Amino acid sequence: MRIRCPLCGDRDSREFTCMGHETYMHRPAGEGWGPAWDSYLHLRDNPAGVTRDLWYHGAGCTAWLLVERDTTTHDILRVELASDAKRGNA
Amino acid sequence: MVKLVEKTPAEGLLPLEINGISLTELVPAAITSLMPFDGQEAAASALLSSLLGMECPHPNRSTGRDGARAVWVGRGQIFVVGKAVDASVARHAALTDQSDAWAVFSLQGHGVEDVLARLTPLDLNRAVFKRGHAARSLLGHMSAVILRTGENTFEIMVFRSMARTAVHELETAMRAVAARDALR
Repeated sequence: MRIRCPLCGDRDSREFTCMGHETYMHRPAGEGWGPAWDSYLHLRDNPAGVTRDLWYHGAGCTAWLLVERDTTTHDILRVELASDAKRGNA
Repeated sequence: MVKLVEKTPAEGLLPLEINGISLTELVPAAITSLMPFDGQEAAASALLSSLLGMECPHPNRSTGRDGARAVWVGRGQIFVVGKAVDASVARHAALTDQSDAWAVFSLQGHGVEDVLARLTPLDLNRAVFKRGHAARSLLGHMSAVILRTGENTFEIMVFRSMARTAVHELETAMRAVAARDALR
């Protein structure tokens, strides 16, 4: 599997670490426990198909990436810097 | 008083020459990490240019020349290698002294790509990875900066603590390529 890092270009998967679903980018406001925190920490779908997750390019430019991929075909559909995605959402 | 002895990262290990490819240690006068503040990239680049005659490189590139080089080494991070960076640049960027933190090697010779191909997943084909191109990637299991400085010349930087391992890995790869050549 190869991931096209927006900074480094096409790179081997051994340079990356997967953190988990995009949910980790959307931390609930406040510190009081509630369903939002429960969902943020524990609840994930397990899709057969397109999913979006966070990958760390630790052996490269050290950027966090938001990767859209298909779990059934292993296709990488889209990659962007998590920082760009976050700014876009703000 | 104890008399301290200054040692280079690969003291006593280099130079090596195997099958026409040489591995030598480089000891830059200074290495400074330069990380421009948000929105200050252009100002930092302009100031660096006026001070040292080289702009901040774009991702996967380097600027300058032997003895004074600026190398892209990661997201928002540049290493200035060979020349000290004036403190005035700190207005636009976070500066940290990395001079003694890195081991720097020069790997040179015909077929040098074959040696590196055994250690890094990068595509180093000279049509793709040209002179002045730089990459942050792996050398074996070590995080490394790999930079093409000439037709058959690469500079490789690894953490200083990894110097002995890097020399061992490179020497093993050089011997393996030489062994294959001997069978031709």
